[in-house]
Amino acid sequence: MAIEVEVRLPTVLRQHAGGQASVQANGETIGAVFEDLLRQFPLLKGQLLSDDGSIHKFINVYKNDDDVRYLDKLDTPIGADDVISILPAVAGG
Amino acid sequence: MLVLRLTDATYTDMVAHALDGLPNEACGLIAAIPGTDKIDRVYRCGNAAASSRLYEVDPLDHLKADRDAEGRGLEIVGVYHSHTHTDAYPSPTDVKQAPDPSWHYVLVSLKDPEPVLRSYRIVDGAITEEPVELERR
Repeated sequence: MAIEVEVRLPTVLRQHAGGQASVQANGETIGAVFEDLLRQFPLLKGQLLSDDGSIHKFINVYKNDDDVRYLDKLDTPIGADDVISILPAVAGG
Repeated sequence: MLVLRLTDATYTDMVAHALDGLPNEACGLIAAIPGTDKIDRVYRCGNAAASSRLYEVDPLDHLKADRDAEGRGLEIVGVYHSHTHTDAYPSPTDVKQAPDPSWHYVLVSLKDPEPVLRSYRIVDGAITEEPVELERR
């Protein structure tokens, strides 16, 4: 059975998802959830993944309280009660 | 009109954090009541780059600040960071990596003996300075 989770979007990405702060997506891993997000909201293309298919360096992705870069990145498994949060990576010089 | 409204407390907190962070750059996030430019809260964040030339808001600090702000009915509306040896003006790296055109980008320069705080908008690579208004409470 497909797992549906809540994905929380930062202000800068909401314009590509109908203005919503939080959306529902299906998938058993972060990668599958991202694929579903891109199916639902094609305007997010280029915002979530880089050209090589990895998580874009301009965003941070969290499963609940954990940065998925320190879990299994796109292969991180998702459960029905998990909340995925996406925030911009804020950096500069 | 573009403006950044600070209180004595939020202004002082950013400048104090800049000084506390030396020799590295300090960084953090600022939150406002939605729809206003009045900064209600300053969230000090770790500099994951731990550098005097670069900053990277610690991702977990960002998540915690975002949640805390939401719980208080606030939203994150910008970022501040210090320049330890250069002016309070966005560097090419700051412009290139600016994530959100709706955000305030606050710079605190420690180049001179007296700290200097300025605020900018960065939209499609174009830098616009905005006035900083200090409200006394």
